[in-house]
Amino acid sequence: MKTKKLLLGDEALALGAINAGLSGAYGYPGTPSTEIMEYVQASPVAAERKIHSHWSSNEKTAYEEALGMSYAGKRSIVTMKHVGLNASADAFVNSGMTGANGGMLVMVADDPSMHSSQNEQDSRFYGDFAFIPVLEPSDQQEAYDMAGYGFELSEKFGIPVIIRMVTRLSHSRATVDVDDLPMAENNIHFPADGRQWVLMPANSRRRYVQLLEDYDKMEADSESSTYNRYIDAADKSLGIVVNGIAYNYLMELFPQGCPFPVMKISQYPLPRKQLRRLAAECDRILVVEEGQPFIEKSLRGVLDEGMKISGKLDGTIVRTGELNPDRVREGLLKLRPDLNALHLNDVRAASESIVARPPSLCKGCGHRDVYQALNEALANYENPRVFGDIGCYTLGYLAPFNALHTVLDMGASITMAKGASEAGVHPAVAVIGDSTFTHSGMTGLLDAINEDSNMLVIISDNLTTGMTGGQESQGTGKIEQICLGLGLDPERLHTIDSLPKNHDEMLALFRNTIDCQGLSVVVSRRECIQTARRHGAHRGPKTQ
Amino acid sequence: MKTDIVLAGVGGQGILSVATILGVAALKESLNIKQAEVHGMSQRGGDVQSNLRISSEPIASDLIPTGKADLILSLEPMEALRYLPLLSREGWIVTSTAPFVNIPNYPDMSSIEAELKGAGNVVAFDMEAMAKAIASPRSVNMILLGAASPFIEMETAEIEAAIAGVFSPKGENIVEANIKAFRAGREEALSQINKK
Repeated sequence: MKTKKLLLGDEALALGAINAGLSGAYGYPGTPSTEIMEYVQASPVAAERKIHSHWSSNEKTAYEEALGMSYAGKRSIVTMKHVGLNASADAFVNSGMTGANGGMLVMVADDPSMHSSQNEQDSRFYGDFAFIPVLEPSDQQEAYDMAGYGFELSEKFGIPVIIRMVTRLSHSRATVDVDDLPMAENNIHFPADGRQWVLMPANSRRRYVQLLEDYDKMEADSESSTYNRYIDAADKSLGIVVNGIAYNYLMELFPQGCPFPVMKISQYPLPRKQLRRLAAECDRILVVEEGQPFIEKSLRGVLDEGMKISGKLDGTIVRTGELNPDRVREGLLKLRPDLNALHLNDVRAASESIVARPPSLCKGCGHRDVYQALNEALANYENPRVFGDIGCYTLGYLAPFNALHTVLDMGASITMAKGASEAGVHPAVAVIGDSTFTHSGMTGLLDAINEDSNMLVIISDNLTTGMTGGQESQGTGKIEQICLGLGLDPERLHTIDSLPKNHDEMLALFRNTIDCQGLSVVVSRRECIQTARRHGAHRGPKTQ
Repeated sequence: MKTDIVLAGVGGQGILSVATILGVAALKESLNIKQAEVHGMSQRGGDVQSNLRISSEPIASDLIPTGKADLILSLEPMEALRYLPLLSREGWIVTSTAPFVNIPNYPDMSSIEAELKGAGNVVAFDMEAMAKAIASPRSVNMILLGAASPFIEMETAEIEAAIAGVFSPKGENIVEANIKAFRAGREEALSQINKK
């Protein structure tokens, strides 16, 4: 039996996995992937079955934990945003070599348009690189269905499978037909051939040969997959290749059906035979891709001397930012101005009154107090440099604080400040949040402690992972212990509540620690105003 | 039926609850829905929008194409204008006139009012003031939903049932306050439409 449910793409994926016998979900919060894990955490079936759904310290630990569950024969998922795959890349690429035992899905959400990210990297390149198949749902129903399908694919080829989401699918709701009864979980069973799970050179060399052979079989599977569809049409003057959600934008433009043949790609490795068929039947090709031009590059190759191919690389489709129906329409019109129905007429002009409204730190947020005091403390120096990190406090770059000089990746505040201090920069200050600190800041701090680097590290602790909506932070209650455990001199560790009434004290503390030769760490603490409100509403005041 | 709605506001104002409630009601009526929303960084006081598409036919795109929106619903007058090119010539704007000023260069209200007036089909009133007047200051978004309801081909009772469903975990009083706000918004919109 099936029931209709209104689900975000992320939620559909999570429910699909639960209903397909999931035993463990692992991940680190990151927009737009966070709601996958949150759905598992709120699921009654997951609670009843005790499906693991605790957040991990970072994507790498999450990835390895999920792979451990797969090794034991059970079905697992790991969730992350696209840049999280960078953090877990060592585990990810090598898991192509170990393979999977129980079905394992790598649910990774790309963020074209960088709504809440540093870059537009496309996870399909990772799949190709690691010989790991990629599924790419085009809508919420496919997201649901592909979880179960992906587990089967993973177990069939004994390899993890990426499910590539994009922001618009992750964060869009639609009606989805879902199964009423979840499948049984796998029992513990170990891999038939244990050698490939020990990646010593002799084992790896043997396994690599096997993996390459398997990759050909995965391609054959892509050819026959129902998710890769060749949709024939009469007008062969143009053939269109679309991936995932781009298919919907094309269909939006042609409610009666596209007049040109369409090759819809939702499973990789690329089905080369079907693509060749499209090329053989059509006069030219247009590639409409959500993300970077992965398919287009594959079609063109280096020589690019065959038939005429258009897409993002020749500027037919806008290269940066996510697609939408307008961008696909404009691209099509560049090639085919004769498609009269696609021309817009009588569109309202954009407003002349509006101005940009950038995001800002909430009123009552402790990060504000930190930046205010820090800016005052640094005002007396000629060339202070503040190295920022990933989180709400990245907004300290914007007015009114304009406090940050760099933001790179999770944890880089501490390590970049260290490198700059070694170049002679003073003051060199790192600003990092609590969750980012335990994600990737601790190892960098160990480096700085070992060399007593001349810098100040501010850990702005709001007791949560704030930017993604307030998930539990793995270091809550033990930030100072972690610093001391790494070997920090207790006299160089300071704690202060980030409250307006403590402004003068905080200013003095920053001044003193900046002037102190060597490394100092200030933990500035105040509960996130958003989670504090929720705690106030649901549980009464926090008593800890 | 097919209604394409752009919901606009400032992060934290509560436009997503409006979308959620319409989604729940549409599901009850067995309509198709696609509703794209923005999470993450922009929710921190930046401009936010959601595309909500409700149709008796299958819906292809999660995003509304230029010139195809039937409605712009906004909790803030400048934000109502941000998505004008999406609105069809026959489309309606339903917006609160209370500005949310969290930027130093917020434009002159008279230019916003003039543009809204020139936009054609507009229902505009101070929804914050109305929420205070009916002693339900936290239900501004339900006033907006009420004001939008005459333009959406769905049963009012079904929308009210969805409001009750969404707010029931917070208690009977909250449900009542929100339904009261919904009705007040609807009434004001109907009277403004009748004057046109």
